[in-house]
Amino acid sequence: MDNGWTSLIFDVNGEPRAAVFPTHHTLLEVLREELALPGTKHGCELGECGTCAVLVDGRPILSCLALAADMKGKKIETVEGLQNGNALHPLQQTMADLGAAQCGYCTPGILMTAKALLAENPSPSDGEIRAALAGNLCRCTGYHKIVEAIVGAAALMRGEDWVAPREVLYGAVEPGGAASSAPTSPPASAVLHLVPNPGDVGALLAAPPSAPGTPPQSEG
Amino acid sequence: MAEPLRKEDPIVDPLDLPVEDPLLDPEPATDRPLRWIGTPFRRVDGRAKVTGATRFADDLTFPRMCHVKLVRSRIPHGTIRSIDFSAAEKIPGYLGSLTGADTPIPFGILPVSMDEHALCPDRVRFVGDPVAAVAATTEDAAYEAALAVIVEYDPLPTIASVEQAIATPEPRIHEYGDEGNLHKKISMRFGDVEGGFAAADRIFEDLFFYEGNTHLPMEQHATVAVPEDDDRVTVWSSTQTPHYLHRALAKVLELPASRIRVIACSNGGGFGGKSDPFNHEIVAAKMALQLGRPAKIVLHREEVFYCHRGRHPVTMRMKTGVTKEGKITAHHLETALDGGAYGSYGVASTYYTGALETVTYEMPAYQFDGLRAFTNKPPCGPKRGHGTPQPRFGLEVQLDKIAVALGQNPADLRLQMLVPPDTITANWLKLGTVSLDRCIEAVVAGSGFRERWGNLPEGRGLGLACGSYLCGAGLPIYWNHMPQSGVQLKIDRSGCVAVFCGEAEIGQGSDSVLAGIVAEVLGVDLSDLRLCVADTDLTPVDLGSYSSRVTLMMGNAALQAAERARDLIAKAVGDQLEVPADRLVFAERRVFDASDPDKGLAFQDAVIAAEARFGTLGTVGSYIPPRSPGKYRGAGVGPSPTYSYSASVVEVEVDPATGLWRPLHVWIAHDIGRALNPVLAIGQVEGGVYMGLGEVMMEEQAFRRLPRHLSNALVHKFPSMLEYKSPTFLDMPPVTTYLIEDPDPQGPYGAKEVGQGPLLPILPAVANAIYDAVGARVDQVPIHPHMVLKALDAKKKGAEPRYGPKTFPEADYGETLIVPTPAQGGDGTAINEFRGKLRSGMRGVATGTMSTRDEALRQKKALTTKLEDR
Repeated sequence: MDNGWTSLIFDVNGEPRAAVFPTHHTLLEVLREELALPGTKHGCELGECGTCAVLVDGRPILSCLALAADMKGKKIETVEGLQNGNALHPLQQTMADLGAAQCGYCTPGILMTAKALLAENPSPSDGEIRAALAGNLCRCTGYHKIVEAIVGAAALMRGEDWVAPREVLYGAVEPGGAASSAPTSPPASAVLHLVPNPGDVGALLAAPPSAPGTPPQSEG
Repeated sequence: MAEPLRKEDPIVDPLDLPVEDPLLDPEPATDRPLRWIGTPFRRVDGRAKVTGATRFADDLTFPRMCHVKLVRSRIPHGTIRSIDFSAAEKIPGYLGSLTGADTPIPFGILPVSMDEHALCPDRVRFVGDPVAAVAATTEDAAYEAALAVIVEYDPLPTIASVEQAIATPEPRIHEYGDEGNLHKKISMRFGDVEGGFAAADRIFEDLFFYEGNTHLPMEQHATVAVPEDDDRVTVWSSTQTPHYLHRALAKVLELPASRIRVIACSNGGGFGGKSDPFNHEIVAAKMALQLGRPAKIVLHREEVFYCHRGRHPVTMRMKTGVTKEGKITAHHLETALDGGAYGSYGVASTYYTGALETVTYEMPAYQFDGLRAFTNKPPCGPKRGHGTPQPRFGLEVQLDKIAVALGQNPADLRLQMLVPPDTITANWLKLGTVSLDRCIEAVVAGSGFRERWGNLPEGRGLGLACGSYLCGAGLPIYWNHMPQSGVQLKIDRSGCVAVFCGEAEIGQGSDSVLAGIVAEVLGVDLSDLRLCVADTDLTPVDLGSYSSRVTLMMGNAALQAAERARDLIAKAVGDQLEVPADRLVFAERRVFDASDPDKGLAFQDAVIAAEARFGTLGTVGSYIPPRSPGKYRGAGVGPSPTYSYSASVVEVEVDPATGLWRPLHVWIAHDIGRALNPVLAIGQVEGGVYMGLGEVMMEEQAFRRLPRHLSNALVHKFPSMLEYKSPTFLDMPPVTTYLIEDPDPQGPYGAKEVGQGPLLPILPAVANAIYDAVGARVDQVPIHPHMVLKALDAKKKGAEPRYGPKTFPEADYGETLIVPTPAQGGDGTAINEFRGKLRSGMRGVATGTMSTRDEALRQKKALTTKLEDR
């Protein structure tokens, strides 16, 4: 097309989606507007914050710096496609349960970048996780719970039993033997791997952790 | 058959309500293990956030929605000569424009400094000040149209610093203020300060500087205004304070508040940067009503730096007298705040730089002098800690110097002078629980501070510092007798509990606190609740997410509403099952007899019994803080139902050859009263540590002058996320968090705040650790490597091994208010304050000094709290 407009059928989260858009628009703008997928965020317009990260052919890119018109024949994955039916992806489960999402604005970009990391490296070290995510800024969490969540999700995706460490959920035990009313062990109501809301137990049971290196949702 | 209840309990004057103390009066029948409170349950908005389903303001679209962009001043100070839209009007898609002539009514968050206009009517006061707005059918066209607007200015002299503001009383940036370009001057003396210094064995005097910085929320500000019916408008906005925005819109749009609906979307971070009513919010509403179609405005990142309302740069002069044992005899603090171009929360900020100085260590005599200057820069306001991180930095670093000078361990110095719980400070703040001793012992033990401080090899050091923060401002922003938080419950035969509250979720977890408390009391699951929050049409007023008020104030209101609902349901179930109501337990989605657990009803059936018995069910809870004993002018800033406490040890590594330093480990203990949800509480602690580290390592809201041949304009140095440094995944050291629980009767289940306190000790702990590592003091933040080097250079030359401010901006603070302390037998008033009718009826709230004309208008206007009259 011309007159400054482009038409394209995108492959988004495994589904064909057609759009007509100004040729100069970024993938971020087209995703959020014409394709009505506002889960991917904008934070800076300049590629400095990582909230716009999506996967293109499995690689994390900054969608605010990519032209939508360049996406012909490419597989795009956004946060909206992470779930398996109504069940959360392990990364989503752990991020939600460890309080690794606070305001939630950096979360979609971090989830997609982490997904790509785990696809390439199913057992990343703390340093490898941090290096892979160094381009994603967060103002709320201080990052540690996000790293814990990725470690936990990686374990779940490798088929391991994983329980969040006590200090992550309750803090360190007050040293010196001072009387503390903080419980020294998780309450009996903690079930399965984490402490989900009762409503989410069904989701965990329905989507057992997948084999190592395979993303949980079927992608043909 | 008992008479059906016709109405709720009679309305009681909230000031007469006793403070509910769940610890002293536990209900025997409901004495069961807690199901939600104290457990790390998944936050109730967690699933929406990890699926990208949460609707932030810019995610909203409406049919025919148009886009609005602001035109902002390119000069730091001047008058507007002309605005020319002719080129803008030719842009395809252009729909309309607004100028200051369309928004003549001033507004501002504080009643005493309503000095803002949505669009400048005649004067611009900083680079970025909004002067016009354009609307277009697409965002691209709106940007193009905004760039095509031609504004001509006549420049005025720029005032770039506090010193310059003091030296340049004319031209005034604003026609109000205590004197010239000094917005606010404060001077207060509590107790015999002169005598205290005379009695001291040693006196320490220091200068400190704390650079300004900004909130940098990941989500830029965004607002969508949607007109409805003939004259109604709904405003969806990323705001922490929907209620205050509601009031400002009613005032500026000249519409009854009942015709305006403000809905606060989930904020993608706030930290105090979204607690003012803003230009762009008013412009969006006005444009929507003018064009008759939804109007969206989103700030791009550079604009967020101009919106600002961030941490004031503060220079401090601190003088402390101590006995040789290390007890404080007197303390004199002077602060000079660079306020930027508008008032914002600045008067409160100025008071806050002095108010909490007394709440950690025993301080029998205290003088506070403060001033806030107007400058031609983006306005400063509240950022996490709101005026307290700056003096806390100074106090904790000075105490470190005192410890070294007296040969004491910094932990022991503090432990022997901690303020006792439940006391009233010299400046009349009533304290609650104080478990700072346990906090200090925890981080000292965890880090091995006593063994390792002063003993690590060159280049490694440990530093200790403490902090304290209030649990909600004791007074609302505008004076009134009404509750500061309200919660309503609607429960019906479906078993669903709908919870209505005006609170705004900004990421801190307020939705989860609300849900956790209601679910706990009624014994239901979180998924049995439906939260309806932050909607001024539908939800009872909660003043907003600022001053760490929500857990305590909303929590208490939620407790009351839920307990009233529980009592109502218990009455119906008790009669039906022939069990005394106070023997009924609400747990596991049932209501049953404590002595015979099989005898009970499912919660849904219990509700049916109550609905059949009493009719449609609804309960209300509300909260208003206890009155503060302080009665002097300015006593309104500082009081709180109670205070949280934090202690931190930071270990650093410093390279003496380059001055480069990095934090190796942070130990932080927070006296939280009760962690309602520990995983969320730790998230707040780690987030506060992160933000404190960001401020001491790298964050600066700094300015520079453009070259003279361009414009010499005063512009922001780093208005982008690349240049304004904030820590990444790679920059955070390990953090060990201790949640110290000592339940405070003022808080719901004993809970105190956690959103702001943990930031406070981090910066001084780092500065103290750098001293321990290399023997150099940097008395300012952020601590850049060249500062460490310069201090080390001075040390090599035998001079004082210090880098920091050398001068303090001298000014006259005005007449000093003399307030006798509790120990002196005072009554909370000042002995030299005019005791007649207080100005504007704002008891205890600083009024500032308006110009004579405005003062005359004020006194003529009847006092009212009706929104329509504001």
